[in-house]
Amino acid sequence: MIREPLIFEISAKGKRAFRLPKLDVKAKKGIFEGLAIRDEIKDFPQVSEVEVVRHFTRLSQQNYCVDLGIYPLGSCTMKYNPKVNEKVAALDGFVQSHPLAPMDMVQGNLEVIKLVEDYLSEIAGMDAFTLQPSAGAQGELTGMMLIHACHEARGNPRKIVLIPDSAHGTNPSSAHLCGYTVQEIKSNENGTVDLEDLAQRMTEDVAALMVTNPNTLGVFEYDIKKIAEIVHAKGGFVYMDGANMNALTGICRPGDMGVDVIHINLHKTFSTPHGGGGPGSGPVGVKAILEPYLPIPRVEKKDGAFVLNFDRPKSIGRVRGFYGNFLVIVRALAYIWTLGPDGMREIAEIAVLNANYIRKSLEKDYHLKYTTPTLHECVFSDKFQKEYGVSNLDIAKRLIDLGVHPPTMSFPLIVHGALMIEPTETESKRDLNMFIEAMKQIAREAKENPGILKSAPHNSYVRRLDETAAARNPIVKWEREK
Amino acid sequence: MSYISLSNKDKKEMLERIGVSAIDDLYGCLPEEIKLKRRLNLPEALTEPELLRRFEGLVASNTYADHLSFLGAGVYRHFIPSVVDYLSARGEFVTPYTPYQPEISQGTLQVIFEYQTLICQLTGMDISNASLYDGAMAAAEAVLMANRLNNKPKILVARSLHPQYRETIRTYIKNMGVRIEEIGFGESGGIDTNDLLNKLDKDTSAVLIQSPNFFGVVEDLQKFGDLAHEHQALFIVAVAEAASFGILEAPGKFGADVVCGEAQSFGLPPSFGGPFLGFMGCKKEHLRQLPGRIAGQTKDVDGKRGFVLTLSTREQHIRREKATSNICTNQALCALRATMFLETLGHDGLREMAVQNMQKAAYAAEKLGKINGVKARFEGRFFNEFVLEFPGDVGKINDGLRAKKIVGGLALKEYYPELAGCALFCVTEVHTKKEIGRLAAALKKVLR
Repeated sequence: MIREPLIFEISAKGKRAFRLPKLDVKAKKGIFEGLAIRDEIKDFPQVSEVEVVRHFTRLSQQNYCVDLGIYPLGSCTMKYNPKVNEKVAALDGFVQSHPLAPMDMVQGNLEVIKLVEDYLSEIAGMDAFTLQPSAGAQGELTGMMLIHACHEARGNPRKIVLIPDSAHGTNPSSAHLCGYTVQEIKSNENGTVDLEDLAQRMTEDVAALMVTNPNTLGVFEYDIKKIAEIVHAKGGFVYMDGANMNALTGICRPGDMGVDVIHINLHKTFSTPHGGGGPGSGPVGVKAILEPYLPIPRVEKKDGAFVLNFDRPKSIGRVRGFYGNFLVIVRALAYIWTLGPDGMREIAEIAVLNANYIRKSLEKDYHLKYTTPTLHECVFSDKFQKEYGVSNLDIAKRLIDLGVHPPTMSFPLIVHGALMIEPTETESKRDLNMFIEAMKQIAREAKENPGILKSAPHNSYVRRLDETAAARNPIVKWEREK
Repeated sequence: MSYISLSNKDKKEMLERIGVSAIDDLYGCLPEEIKLKRRLNLPEALTEPELLRRFEGLVASNTYADHLSFLGAGVYRHFIPSVVDYLSARGEFVTPYTPYQPEISQGTLQVIFEYQTLICQLTGMDISNASLYDGAMAAAEAVLMANRLNNKPKILVARSLHPQYRETIRTYIKNMGVRIEEIGFGESGGIDTNDLLNKLDKDTSAVLIQSPNFFGVVEDLQKFGDLAHEHQALFIVAVAEAASFGILEAPGKFGADVVCGEAQSFGLPPSFGGPFLGFMGCKKEHLRQLPGRIAGQTKDVDGKRGFVLTLSTREQHIRREKATSNICTNQALCALRATMFLETLGHDGLREMAVQNMQKAAYAAEKLGKINGVKARFEGRFFNEFVLEFPGDVGKINDGLRAKKIVGGLALKEYYPELAGCALFCVTEVHTKKEIGRLAAALKKVLR
C-alpha cells in the first residue's frame, strides 16, 4: 500500500484546489481597520485538487468497513447500511433547509420527525419519543434528566442510580453527569441481574435502575417484569439502554416489560452508518408520565399542519441545537419504510440466528463463561488460549491478518479477556463461515504457534501500535519541525 | 425489501447445526407473557422505486429551498467544493465504526489527526478533540470542563451567545451545582464591559463570550480575556461561524483557555439543523480535562508512524462515572467533511471566503441601511451578520418579502424581547450582488 503523508507534509506555498468567483461588490476600504485580523494561518495546507483526491482515496484504503466484510463488533450492531438511505438523505429539499425557516416551508421535515417518533413508539411500545439526542450517550443523559425532573416535581430528585456490573461505560458516566451517585448491581451465575442484590439496594433514595436488555452478554433479562416491579414498588424508574434493540424488534416491546424510559441507537438497529464514529442518533422513548418533561421543541400536528411547540413548562429544556441529527433520522425513516412490519421482525430473528450459529460453531474452541442462552451476540473469552500465553488482544490482531474485523474486547467487565461477537442479520452464511474458520484457525495456532498471534497483525498497513507511548507522550497534532 | 443474505437452505442448515428446529426456539429464553402476539403496526414494506416516490412526495412539501434566504443565526450556507461530497461518500469512510482497531483504521485516524491540527491552527489552541455533537453541546461541555478545572460555582455567559447554546448550557448544568449569570450587550452590540466588571468575582469559574457574537459583532477578545484572567477566571471563546477563522485572529492569541463552537460552515449543508460539527480545543495544561475522543501519533513495532485513539483514561469506557464526559459516538464523518473542505479551500481559499463574507455583508448592510425607515441596530464591526431595526412588525415585513420569494432576516423578538422590531441578516459568499439588490428592492416596496 502507498504510504500517505500528512497533508501538511505535501503542502507548498501558492498551490490551490479551489477558487471563488471574483468579488462582485465594491470592496469597502478600511473594512479591517481597527479589527484584530490575521495575516496568515500558519502552516495551513496548500495543495492541488488532484493531491486532495489522492490523499483521501489512499487514506480510505487503509480502513476496514462494513462495505468490505463482516464487522462483528459486539454491542455496535455493524449491519449493512442501505445505499438508498444515503440517496434520500441527500435530497436537496432536506439538505438545504434551514432549521429556522418558517414552519410552513419545512412541513416535509417536520413530518419526517413525527413519523419516526410514532414508528419508534410502536416498535418499542412507548407512549412518546424525542429524536433530539445526538447519540446513545446523549440519549442516556436525556433519559436520566427526565427521571430527575419527574422525581424533583414529586418533591425529591433522589440520589442513586443502580447499574448492573455488565453495563456499557456510558451508563455510569451519564448518570453521574445528571448528579447521581452510581451503585453497581451484581450479576448472578446466569450473567443477569441478581434479584436479591437489587431488592436490597432498591430504596426510596434510588431514582432509577439502568438496565441493558438483552444485556451486554446477549442474555435476555428473563425476570425483567419482576425487576421492574421491585423498582416501581419503591417509586423508582426503569431505564433501558436499547443499544441491543436489534434482538427484539417485532418480537417483544420494552414498553410491555415495565420499562419507563429507553434510548435506541438509530446507528445500530436502524441501519444508519457509523461514519467512523458518528454522527449517530439516540432517540429517547418514554411512558406518558414522563412525556411532559421531554426536551423542547416538540413536533405537533395542529389544524392539519405540523408545528414546533416550545411552550412546555415542565420540559428539561434543550439538550442540543435545533432538532437532532436530522439527516440520520431521514435514513432511519427510509429503513423502516423499506422493511415494513415483517422486515422489522425478520432483522431480529436473523440476527439471533446468525449469532447462535457462530456461538454453536465456536463453543468447543473458545471458552464461554456464561452458558445461558443468548440472542443477538455471544461473549467468549480467551481462557483456553491463555494457557498458551495468548490473550484476546492477540486473537483480535490475528483476525486482522485473516481479513475480518475483530470482536469487542473492552467490555463487559464481568468477562475477563472478552470476545464479544455480534454478526448482525445482514451477513451471508459464507461470510459467517469465513469468520468462524478464521477463529478456528487462531485457536489451532494458539496451541501450535502462539508466536504468530503475539506478533500479529503481519500484513496490515501498520503493525501493532504502541498505545502506551501515545498516551505517555501525547502528540495530538502535526507541528513543523524546528 | 430486506437486507438479509441467507437462503432458506442456509437457514435450515444453520438451525440444524445449532440443534433447534425453528428460529422461534431461539427465543425460548423470553417469557411468553411479554412476547408480542401481533404484527407491528407499521406501513407495509416498500421497494426502492416506491420508497423514492414516497420521499419525493415528502420533500415536495419543503418549499424553503425555492427562496432566496438571508437566514444565518448559527447555520450558514457556504459553497461546498465537489470533492467533498464525492470523497466523503466513500464506503471506507462512511461504514466503519469508531477506530478501536487502529491497524485497520489508519484512514479515519489520520483524518482525525489532521482535523485536530487544522482546528489548532485556526483557534490558536494547543490541543483539539476529535469532535463533539454540535456548537450548543460544545459550549455546555466547555462550561462543565471549566467547573472541573477550578471548581468555582459561577459561570458568566454573554447574553450575545447563541440563545440555543445558552439554553443547552442551562440544561447541562442544572444538576451539577453550577449557576450561570448573563453579561449584557451595549450599544455596539458587543459585551457591556461595566456589566462584566460588576459580575466578575472570586466565585467566577469562567467567562464565556461568543465572537463574532449572535448579532455578528466581533468582540474585543483581548480586553475580556485579560479581565477574566485578572479575576482568576478561565476565558472561553465560542465561535458559531467558523468561516470567520479565515480572517479574524485566532482566539488563542488573546489568551483563551478553551475555544469551542460549531464548524458546520466547513463543508456541511444546513440539513435542518444536523448533523453538525461541535469543535473544542484548549491549552496544553488543560489536556486531561478535555472531553471527547483524541487521536494521537505513535509508532508500530517496526518503527513506522501510525495513529491511535489516545488518552482514553479520561473516557467513559475506562473511567465510567469518573469520566470527563459521557460522549462515545461523536461526529466523525462531519469532522472528515470539514477536513476535506479545509484542505481543499486551503490557506488562500479559506481567507478569500472569509474576506468575501465580510465584504458582501458590509455592502448589504450599507445598501439596506439606506432604505427609508431601516437602520443598523448596533455600531459594532461585524463579520457576515448584522442586525437591522425596522419601523414596523418584523413578521409582517417578512411576510411581504415572502410574497417575492425571499426569506428575510431572523426576527429577534422571540429571543430578545428588547430587540423587538429587529432582524438578524446573514450574507455569505453565495449571495450575489444581484440577489442583495433583489432583497433591497423588495424591502423598499414592502416598507413603502
